[in-house]
Amino acid sequence: MSRIANTFKALKEANRKALIPYITAGDPHPDLTVSMMHALVDSGADMIELGIPFSDPMADGPTIQRASERALAHHVGLSHVFNMVKTFREKDTQTPIILMGYANPIEAIGAETFVERAKVSDVDGIITVDYPPEECTQFTKLLKEKNIDSIFLLSPTSELDRVKLIIEQASGFLYYVSLKGVTGAANIDIEQVKSKVSMIRELTDLPIGVGFGVKDAATAKEVAKISDAVVVGSRMIQEIENSNKDNLIQNISKLMKELREAVN
Amino acid sequence: MQPYDMPDEKGHFGQFGGVFVAETLIEALDELRIMYEKYRHDPDFLKELHYDLKHFVGRPSPIYHAKRWSDRVGGAQIYLKREDLNHTGAHKVNNTVGQALLAKRMGKPRIIAETGAGQHGVATATISARLGLECVVYMGSEDVKRQAPNVYRMKLLGATVVPVESGSKTLKDALNEAMRDWVTNISTTFYIIGTVAGPHPYPMMVRDFNSVVGVECKSQMNEMLGRQPDVVLACVGGGSNAMGIFYPYIDLPDVRLIGVEAAGHGIETGKHAAPLTANSPIGVLHGNRTYLMQNEEGQIIETHSISAGLDYPGVGPEHAWLKDIKRAEYVAVTDTEALDAFHSLCLTEGIIPALESSHALAYAEKLAKTMKPDQVILVNLSGRGDKDINTVAKISNITL
Repeated sequence: MSRIANTFKALKEANRKALIPYITAGDPHPDLTVSMMHALVDSGADMIELGIPFSDPMADGPTIQRASERALAHHVGLSHVFNMVKTFREKDTQTPIILMGYANPIEAIGAETFVERAKVSDVDGIITVDYPPEECTQFTKLLKEKNIDSIFLLSPTSELDRVKLIIEQASGFLYYVSLKGVTGAANIDIEQVKSKVSMIRELTDLPIGVGFGVKDAATAKEVAKISDAVVVGSRMIQEIENSNKDNLIQNISKLMKELREAVN
Repeated sequence: MQPYDMPDEKGHFGQFGGVFVAETLIEALDELRIMYEKYRHDPDFLKELHYDLKHFVGRPSPIYHAKRWSDRVGGAQIYLKREDLNHTGAHKVNNTVGQALLAKRMGKPRIIAETGAGQHGVATATISARLGLECVVYMGSEDVKRQAPNVYRMKLLGATVVPVESGSKTLKDALNEAMRDWVTNISTTFYIIGTVAGPHPYPMMVRDFNSVVGVECKSQMNEMLGRQPDVVLACVGGGSNAMGIFYPYIDLPDVRLIGVEAAGHGIETGKHAAPLTANSPIGVLHGNRTYLMQNEEGQIIETHSISAGLDYPGVGPEHAWLKDIKRAEYVAVTDTEALDAFHSLCLTEGIIPALESSHALAYAEKLAKTMKPDQVILVNLSGRGDKDINTVAKISNITL
């Protein structure tokens, strides 16, 4: 069983919901990423979603775009990202790490090399934003052979057949995008999310995470009631933007704790 | 020989093309694909389209024998397909009229578009005004500066122009931003992509709407010369004017098809926008797989061209395919060569060409010299250069 599946199982037994913060690797500085990851875990994160910086993040709103630009200003690429995960694993062998990114950096080093290096670095899951299931069967197969989970996005506009198609390829959990829009966009409609999540639940036993519009602890609390995991991205990046290197760890830890309390 | 029939039903041209987008866009693309399939052969739709192409755009555009210029160059006869004479001044309008009429049939009241040089933005604003649709155009803030007259033109036509400040602040970033808008406003909005890139069905649909250019050329060349040209030349940024003129010629193997990319300061300097000529690696951007200018980490790199319309790091997937199967050839000319051709056509033929089209003209000059006087080169003069006079004046140290 994968580390992600184990984590969900343990959480379920404890009757808790997973909290998954997103940060972009290398933002605000590559030297800080690993300590930020540890701080997030210490403050209540169950898994970490680590963004691979990309020059053209088409599905992201302005906040996460800026995070990518700050990381790229330090020339952070996949080799740095893998090294960060390796370093993180020296102290933490429990917390699942999910890489989230776009297809081009993966294809630039080649899918096989990518999967190989992800395995060596002990990565648990991959979300490739612009790989819909039709375009990545080979990649999903490679990941499966290495026991790395393929996490797919589902959207408010995904109809029944589409959801079924995605479930066939997905593992780890399903990531439901709670609104029509980019990351960090307008407020989410909880009722709408609820009905869609119940529709998905009838089709699969995979855990369902919800993200893309979780702006504060109150929203996180509402989302947690109707899902298995809450993903907090843009809000976390805003906290990073509003901090300096002296209070960064303290500020993101505080935000993480607030979210944890709300979700519990 | 099997007739050319690409892309496949999933939008693939061999390993190129496809649908590489976030899940949030899939339903919208499915809807568009289904509606396009429904209307592309529908007699009522085609009647409406052809009426507008004739009476609103002014088609067919003529083919003109640039005799004085051909004589001066020495060698093959150069003929120009005068897309610069279209309403709004470029081939771009062929596609925007087609897509806007489709939007109307789909009941979408709001149009968005990206633009580089501004020609696609102007063409989109124009047809939106004519059909009474709201229009929002995304344009890199660098291009807003370079193409001020077109920005004002769009505003006169009632469009909202949104300067894009992210990334390199050029065409690729405008495309990213338009995609973000689309995903947010999917139910009300039709996204008119201006080039043969983007996710399926865009590369096919934009090609189809522009192929009126090549279709006309075939019958016009036949009328004028009783034969087809030896070479068809067109500039390639994303590649819509080139696909438009190439496509009807693909099944005529005796006609050489040559796409001319922007070599900027020179391929060897790295400051160019010529992924095919420079043998850039294959990658994924803006919804399709194609040759792509990028660094070793897979980050898209900044491109350079004197012409905003060619300043794009990728190229339409069908061009990547035509290169691989060796049906088309791809070359590049520098900023300086394009400028020389620009001035040359102004002075010998009384035609001010767009800087984009000047790239094709520059290569026509080089190639004509190697050919015989009874041979024929047909150049797609894809747009007029009025929009570029500020750029050219600045380079010549002239203040307007």
